[in-house]
Amino acid sequence: MEQKTIYEFGAVYRDTFRVTGFYFGTGEKTMCVVGSMRGNENQQMYACSLLVKRLRELEEKGRIAEGKEILVIPCVNPYSVNVKKRFWTIDNTDINRMFPGFSEGETTQRIAGGVFDVIKEYKYGVQFASFYRAGSFLPHIRMMKTGYENVELAKQFGLPYVVLHNPRPFDTATLNYNWQIWETDAFSIYTTNTERIDQASARQAVEAILCFLSKQGVIRYRSHDGYISKVIESGDLISVRAGAAGFFESRVTVGEEVVRGQLLARIMDPYTNEAKCELISPVSGVVNFLHDGAMTYENTAVFKIIEEEE
Amino acid sequence: MLTIVTKAALPVGEELKIQKNRLEPSGGGGGKRISIVTGIHGDELEGQFVCYELGRRILEHPEYLHGIVDIYPALNPFGIDTVTRGIPAFDLDMNRIFPGREDGDMNEYIASGIIRDLEGSDLCLDLHASNIYLTEIPQIRINELHRERLLPLAKKANVDFIWVHGASTVLEATLAYSLNSRGVDTLVVEMGVGMRITKEYGEQMTDGIFSLMRELGIWTGPVAEVRKPIVSEAADDVLFLNAPCSGVFIKDRMHGVLLEKGERLGRIVNPLTGGLLCEVKAPASGWLFTIREYPMVLEGSLMARILDGKRYAQQRSR
Ligand SMILES: [Zn+2]
Repeated sequence: MEQKTIYEFGAVYRDTFRVTGFYFGTGEKTMCVVGSMRGNENQQMYACSLLVKRLRELEEKGRIAEGKEILVIPCVNPYSVNVKKRFWTIDNTDINRMFPGFSEGETTQRIAGGVFDVIKEYKYGVQFASFYRAGSFLPHIRMMKTGYENVELAKQFGLPYVVLHNPRPFDTATLNYNWQIWETDAFSIYTTNTERIDQASARQAVEAILCFLSKQGVIRYRSHDGYISKVIESGDLISVRAGAAGFFESRVTVGEEVVRGQLLARIMDPYTNEAKCELISPVSGVVNFLHDGAMTYENTAVFKIIEEEE
Repeated sequence: MLTIVTKAALPVGEELKIQKNRLEPSGGGGGKRISIVTGIHGDELEGQFVCYELGRRILEHPEYLHGIVDIYPALNPFGIDTVTRGIPAFDLDMNRIFPGREDGDMNEYIASGIIRDLEGSDLCLDLHASNIYLTEIPQIRINELHRERLLPLAKKANVDFIWVHGASTVLEATLAYSLNSRGVDTLVVEMGVGMRITKEYGEQMTDGIFSLMRELGIWTGPVAEVRKPIVSEAADDVLFLNAPCSGVFIKDRMHGVLLEKGERLGRIVNPLTGGLLCEVKAPASGWLFTIREYPMVLEGSLMARILDGKRYAQQRSR
């Protein structure tokens, strides 16, 4: 393992801003894994730290194939993590809306550009990503339909689901999109949480990456076969929206199988504790996303359900 | 007449309401419609004075009004209440969610309600104040896709500068893009600085709105003569200056001045050591239309935008 600073700049009242990379093996730039880019992505960084540990053990045992290099960047944005601010410290911009970056541009464009220069030539790119709204996910691989996406490859992670979605306007400035444009096979892995750490899903994600690397012949590793991934379009996920604003009391957990007509949650009046509405599952399937928070606004998509085929 | 454009129930004993004030001739009677919107970014307050001043002047001379003036002073009331650019609780830039969705979450629903209400306007002005970091000369920014329709209108708006910029997919979710692509001519104004009101800019812009209203036949009273703006249409006309190092910026020059090549616009200093970290100099001669206002800078922070000196001189001599 070799630890390197891959991007840095100085500041007057804070320590130097540094992005640190961990290299395993040498040779062809084979896989790059990126962890947290936002200040609240603790789980994403945690998963990377587990991966660093596992790869280090594998490298020490000589299990990384000759001529293959793996780079892990647990955190692209230590400044925001250390002050518990989600986006960039001074101007609240999001590094994951700045790719491919610009070395002559604004600070976050420079960070994105500096990092992207290092990571754009890898064959495979994995980002531990988080959703813009607080909630728990069933671990899955998410891919943008850019025309370059390789769904068969995504299945080799052996996670239960591969979710495909059409790019929205802002997606063109994300790491995943730009990786694909630069001909990296890019995958976003969503694990259960963001701010809180969920060890089981972090381990599952690390296992998925090792399983993938082993199938590509990059490491020698006896992995579980994993799941046979089911490919779904994000448009096919069934959203259940809060019919009212108030206390959100869920009756199910993420990953749980539910049946049509089942009570998913109640929204309670915050003054009187009367039920303002009941959320009923419109289909039978698996809860893929669950809103996280004591309260909900009206019409927030508080559940997403993967419908089971009849 | 005050109306609620769209609203949503909040969790605890409150409703989020987007309000507007419609000013029209007492007998009604049709005429064209202009809509003035501001406050999408909650920390940009320059438009507050414009909305007030516009309403005040119309109420002073209602006899000159022959059309509809709709004033929407706060599209993001939570942002304004919390001194936040975006929508608090969602950490979302409201100007990246248009046209919204009727069946979407609260913000998407509100956005779609705003679009629905603005549709049918003959002209819309979306007033911004740059941000808290930069001060801007009063200017209108036009997406090149809508140049033909908007440039002639923008020239009558009494701004100092019109900047026709390239299209970008990221901008497709703005209010202006959504309205322009639905056939509602919408001009985006940037002026002054965040969190402050620059009264002379507010007056200048209000004069511009009356000029546009007269053009549309909405206003028959006297209007001030509008200034002739500098127009930039070429991508390489505008020079961006970014901080070469982190520190505290001490500004020397005001926005709106002409700079010689090599002239200093400010310094970046280190108060801890008393040292000069670097001098920020104009890389070419030109017109300083944007300058850094917020003193703390990190390497890369935008310091200034300068319009090419030759382009400026060409247009000023005409
Ligand atoms: Zn703005």
